[in-house]
Amino acid sequence: MATGYFFPHRHILGIDHLSAEDIEHILTIAESFKEISARPIKKVPTLRGNTIINLFFEPSTRTRLSFEVAAKRMSADTFNISASTSSATKGETLIDTARNITAMRPDIIIIRHAYSGAPHMLTRYVDAAIINAGDGTHEHPSQGLLDMMTVREHKGRLEGLKIAIIGDIMHSRVAHSNILGFTRMGSRVHVFGPATLLPPGLDRLGATVCTSLEEAVRDADVVMTLRIQKERQNDPLLPSFREYAREYGVTREVVALARPDALVMHPGPVNRGIELMPDVADGPRSVILDQVTNGVAVRMALLYLVTGNT
Amino acid sequence: MAENWLIKDGRIIDPKNGIDRQGDLLVLEGRIAAEGTPVPASARVVDASGCWVVPGLVDMHVHLREPGEEYKEDILSGTRAAAAGGFTAVVCMPNTRPVNDCRAVTEMILERARQGSARVYPVAAISQGSRGERLAEFGELKKAGAVGVSDDGLPVRDSQLMRRAMEYAGDFGLTVISHCEEPSLATGVMNEGEVATRLGLKGIPAAAESIMVYRDIALAEQTGRKVHIAHVSTAMSVELIRSARARGVRVSAETTPHYFTLTDEAVEGYNTLAKMNPPLRTEADRQAIRQALADGTFDAIATDHAPHSVLEKEVEFDLAANGIIGLETSLPLALALVREGLIDPRRLVELMSTGPAAVLGLSAGSLAAGAAADITVIDPEAIFTYTEDQVVSRSRNSPFLGWRLQGRAVLTMVDGRVTFSRLET
Repeated sequence: MATGYFFPHRHILGIDHLSAEDIEHILTIAESFKEISARPIKKVPTLRGNTIINLFFEPSTRTRLSFEVAAKRMSADTFNISASTSSATKGETLIDTARNITAMRPDIIIIRHAYSGAPHMLTRYVDAAIINAGDGTHEHPSQGLLDMMTVREHKGRLEGLKIAIIGDIMHSRVAHSNILGFTRMGSRVHVFGPATLLPPGLDRLGATVCTSLEEAVRDADVVMTLRIQKERQNDPLLPSFREYAREYGVTREVVALARPDALVMHPGPVNRGIELMPDVADGPRSVILDQVTNGVAVRMALLYLVTGNT
Repeated sequence: MAENWLIKDGRIIDPKNGIDRQGDLLVLEGRIAAEGTPVPASARVVDASGCWVVPGLVDMHVHLREPGEEYKEDILSGTRAAAAGGFTAVVCMPNTRPVNDCRAVTEMILERARQGSARVYPVAAISQGSRGERLAEFGELKKAGAVGVSDDGLPVRDSQLMRRAMEYAGDFGLTVISHCEEPSLATGVMNEGEVATRLGLKGIPAAAESIMVYRDIALAEQTGRKVHIAHVSTAMSVELIRSARARGVRVSAETTPHYFTLTDEAVEGYNTLAKMNPPLRTEADRQAIRQALADGTFDAIATDHAPHSVLEKEVEFDLAANGIIGLETSLPLALALVREGLIDPRRLVELMSTGPAAVLGLSAGSLAAGAAADITVIDPEAIFTYTEDQVVSRSRNSPFLGWRLQGRAVLTMVDGRVTFSRLET
């Protein structure tokens, strides 16, 4: 890291706000923290006395747990709030909740919300550092970072790699964070999915939009599939899972088009047999569980950095 | 009792009567006096040097929120905002609570407007309750004072209903005003495109608007009746309207200052003050709108003044209400088009006074001798920053807060009565 660098962000709202230098710094710190989770006593005092609130407006198992494990391994005090968005027909609920939480002087609020931009709105009403744990169909920055960490761990670099992202690009906040992040780090991101799930402007975000699964996957270093949903809000996106699996599902034959040492990734939870076949998900190239392990390290790094450490 | 006024040394611009001259305008007993009429000693003098003296501005598309949502705006506050923006007349949309679909609501609006600072012309609903099922009673509404019909805010889904509305409205000399959006496509919260993708917000494609614009043009052509297309936002809509007019279809159209000033980039940062319906579009759309203002495709600049409180706007973007206030910024934003050389002052007056008056058959837009003295005096050079404390409307939901603007109304009068003034008189 260049001398004189300091991490300039108070909040982590999205990869879009992070420079290549910021990402590099986060990944380096995360890599150094990974060892903590391998110790017999998995705890360091770094964030002792910090109050961290997990404010989850959407159900989540692994992301919430991952943030909580990360916080506890750094000795922070963590509290979980699962709120329902169904009662939040008006946004005062979010603002009121945030203001009430702020009155208890937390240092970090980790928020997941069904609406894009909710974490951004929170920054206008609270003093705490905000970490976006997934907002609507916008971004999921910690997932993007842990994906980059996992790829770098296996490949030794990000620059020049071909990353194929397959599936529901439109509704995937993971895809959005990964397109921005990998592109910024010099990877070539190729995306493919049904036309109904490819939003306009992906090329402007830096991705190459492919016209076939083969084109996207051929010679790829990473094949990442996304969780698929059949329909959303009366929008007929796909006729059936059956057809999706047949036309867009990532099978062993599809993975064979990629480089021999290609990694198979998925942000989870996996619809086995639909977007990803079980033998591939559990196969030798799958790094899905490495992603989960690295998630803790990346989140430790983020907690460390937003509390003013460098 | 109206006073007598001598508005001195202004540039009098009255395109309807072919006037663009430097000089004085005399107002006697609430009416424009003929040139050369002796000035009575009682006349109060307004120094309009450096200013334009134009027929009172008309905004043919506002939401005054009364009855029902007076916490956002009411007829008095809304007409005060209109007067401050240089408007002497506003046309109010029927999506109040209850909906203006009957004589009682129309009359109540007009009764309240008698105390207001601008003339108020109500537009009544096309369908009962704006539910898109049965026609409202246009005959009775016309007699009560409605000047047009619209289910604004709610597109008329049923093509047969729209066709019947055009046919039946024509019998009473009412213009059908159409909010054009194909509802099954318009399910998003901003323009569909790169910005929506980046922000993770659901998009509304431009086709949602143009499909409906074409349907309504086809119906107007079929029936030989009139239709007015409200708040046009896309290049394709402009193209459809332009070609329909060229072949003689009786279609008129308006656009708004936000569509010729802003693009969907304004949503960046999840700015709910840039959320409206139809949504802000792309730069290519904005350029097409500007071109159509210059070439005569549009009849009017209207604001779609849509007051909302913080309860509707300081929320998650998906949940925020659509719309912005516009009465107080419309004139300065339109004057920017003049400074940029896109339109001349005569065309500006057409778009903001004569044009909308003609679409709805209002007696406005003229400084001819004997006409009611509805006059706006504009200082086209005045530079100011539009800040929250200056807002006259009850709501403050403007994306132009903090903007440095140039040109504004300095005196507004209705029937020779001053409704707004920045001048020492």
